[in-house]
Amino acid sequence: MATANQMLGGVLAKRPVSATGVMSWITTIDHKRIGILYGVTAFIFFILGGVEALLMRLQLSSPEAGVVSAEVYSQMFTMHGTTMIFLVVMPMGAAFFNFMIPLMIGARDVAFPRLNAFSYWTFLFGAILLNVSFLTGGAPNVGWFGYSPLTNDTFAIGRGVDYWILGLQVLGISSLAAAFNFIVTIINMRAPGMSMMKLPVFVWMTLIVSFLLVLAFPVLTVAITLLLFDRLFGTAFFDTGAGANPLIWQHFFWAFGHPEVYILILPAMGIVSEVLPVFSKKPLFGYTVVVFSGVLIGLMGWGVWSHHMFTVGLGPVANSAFALITMFIAVPTGIKIFNWIGTMWGGSVKFTTAMLFAIGFIAMFIIGGLSGVMHAVAPSDTQQSDTYFVVAHLHYVLFGGSILGLFAGIYYWWPKITGRLLNELMGKAQFWLFFIGFNVTFFPMHFLGMDGMPRRVYTYSADQGWEFWNAFSTVGVFLIGISLILFIHNVIHTNRKGERAGNDPWNGRTLEWSIPSPPPEYNFAVIPTVKDRDAYWAEKYSEDPDGRPIPKVQGAAQAEEKPVKIHMPTPSYYPVLLAAGLTLIAGGLLSHISVSVIGGIVSLAAIYSWAFEPATAPESTPSDGAY
Amino acid sequence: MAAATHEPEHHTSTGLNHRKLLMWTFLGSECLFFGSLIATHMINRNKAELLHGLSPACVLDIPITSASTFVLLMSSVAMVLAVAASERSDLKQLRIWLFSTAFLGTIFLGFQVYEFSAFVNEGLTIGTNLFGSTFFTLTGFHGVHVTVGVIWILSMLATSFFRKDLVTGDPLNIDITGLYWHFVDIVWIVIFTVVYLVGVFGLNCVEAA
Repeated sequence: MATANQMLGGVLAKRPVSATGVMSWITTIDHKRIGILYGVTAFIFFILGGVEALLMRLQLSSPEAGVVSAEVYSQMFTMHGTTMIFLVVMPMGAAFFNFMIPLMIGARDVAFPRLNAFSYWTFLFGAILLNVSFLTGGAPNVGWFGYSPLTNDTFAIGRGVDYWILGLQVLGISSLAAAFNFIVTIINMRAPGMSMMKLPVFVWMTLIVSFLLVLAFPVLTVAITLLLFDRLFGTAFFDTGAGANPLIWQHFFWAFGHPEVYILILPAMGIVSEVLPVFSKKPLFGYTVVVFSGVLIGLMGWGVWSHHMFTVGLGPVANSAFALITMFIAVPTGIKIFNWIGTMWGGSVKFTTAMLFAIGFIAMFIIGGLSGVMHAVAPSDTQQSDTYFVVAHLHYVLFGGSILGLFAGIYYWWPKITGRLLNELMGKAQFWLFFIGFNVTFFPMHFLGMDGMPRRVYTYSADQGWEFWNAFSTVGVFLIGISLILFIHNVIHTNRKGERAGNDPWNGRTLEWSIPSPPPEYNFAVIPTVKDRDAYWAEKYSEDPDGRPIPKVQGAAQAEEKPVKIHMPTPSYYPVLLAAGLTLIAGGLLSHISVSVIGGIVSLAAIYSWAFEPATAPESTPSDGAY
Repeated sequence: MAAATHEPEHHTSTGLNHRKLLMWTFLGSECLFFGSLIATHMINRNKAELLHGLSPACVLDIPITSASTFVLLMSSVAMVLAVAASERSDLKQLRIWLFSTAFLGTIFLGFQVYEFSAFVNEGLTIGTNLFGSTFFTLTGFHGVHVTVGVIWILSMLATSFFRKDLVTGDPLNIDITGLYWHFVDIVWIVIFTVVYLVGVFGLNCVEAA
């Protein structure tokens, strides 16, 4: 048996052992390290997507400016949208899922640690594949939604669209693998006593997002596969000459695309639902309602996709139906906003940076939500469609919403992740610069849109009266840029001499604050038993008859028990190898088929080696008796 | 993937095994994948006037495909027996039924190869018309799933010779293989009904002018 195992367990290589250095990060399967990798990568792409936005804003800052050509401008808005959605907001959410979910549910890792590593590497390689198009002569230039038939090989010449399709395919594999993993983790790995209705709201939102990913991504996979076949193999899916209806692309794309916007916003809503109670010193107002509103948003998100298509002529019945459902979906969202405000109401609110970002999120999301309801009115949407009004709306929900929410999470959880508190003074300065810069950039776009300025057009003439607000808007980008430089400075400063955070710098409510910062590899020396919704808070406080918290007299201090024989999963080479193999398969379709063949062989070798490799290496647990 | 494990089966909140739950979520995702492909076919199926004599009613051969469908269904029966044998730790029966499943799956694939080449001979390729595009893409992706399943089952059969513990000591590995296989079969039943039976029902072959 031992020989057979050695033969199979090490088909390609011996198990990696190093605990430090580059190799340990490449082979890591620790959810906390993978979370950090996700976060750092997403931030780098945030800068890249930001530079793309800056170029567009510079081009638009004055009429008929010559900063970039029309062709480059088209590549910029396509890659900016694709980058910010797939390479920034989604992986930044994944960074927090990875680091925090096991800590919040009292687990030692995710259900499938190697699959988790695979998700990260597939994401990274897919992102690189997508961006390689810049170097190989032309990034995609068809918008992040790639409307057919403009994406057919008749109109989109060159490989840009192929890069876009194959990059998204690889990224889709990454998202699906992560979503499977988190569904199983959240459903199956909760600490004893943590029933579903005791889960922290962030965990609930992650669960809903994972279900949306599992069900929405295959629709996109099919859509881009059909398009790829049209381009590579001459099929007729979107060929109007053969009688195809290219609107099918729009239906597929938005049937994916609208759940996708909830995939982007629900993690931020979850973060805000954690931050507000902690800094208001009150439990979340209406926990059950917030959770079920999230579920309802997840369900209704499937019934509103055609509001992206009000101007294609689906007819009054379809338009009215989708207009109504779109207005209804504002109800659960509105409920959440009232719950967040209710949480702060009467609390002892502490305006930390995380809290400022969370409150900023609510304010900006309300503005974005209101302009969203305006779009729901189909006749009004006809006026606004394809104008800067839509650009303003989507940035208020995605930038003012998701990104502010994610920054709240960064400031809130930074001490848990690194063991040091980010500087609050710099943090607050960053918040205000960011917040003002954001509004300076995007609020004028409402006016420009109402005045008829179209989206995705690289310039405008001086007699259209759009110079002032365009120039104004471009100034805001620099404020956002300065605030991000300040953030990077804050991070560097904090790493060198930031204040040490104890286990629980914010007087937190959830389980992650009960363990050291940064957490040990095994997270919990002893798996906690959960009795209350705010599990850690209930350990620290009881309530007086008016519901005010009374600190508990800590009983016999729980001596930090030395963990006895915790078997953690062992690092592995195969996740990164499989990710590389799959990316090579995709890359081969863009270059030479032999690359795909090599990728296929690498993938097969990785799959078999992975399958026969025990999750925990036997040599790490010699007394276990398994072998 | 036949995840080999010697990790002790952890306690889970629901009592369901992690890997089994993973397979169920994966199959949920696959439902949307095939659902989208089938929808594409349904949307485009009523464009017979554009098909120039190469419409479903002209090319689909219901008796032959009924036979291949029967073969695939029988492979599911064999899979059920393999799972049962694995639970009884009956290595001999397990090997017999795993082999039968893979064998029947391969026959099904053989039918598909025959069908594809017959259609191509009649002039229907993936690029000929909308029916060709949707048909070859949909059934082709299903065929890829069957192929993956056959390779997986053969891998489990091979495993049963040099890592017996993985197929008898831990029936879950065969159980999960079976879940995937049954899913692929069920998808075929939908495709057979929607593409083949409904596809030709009440329609006559309109020859090209």
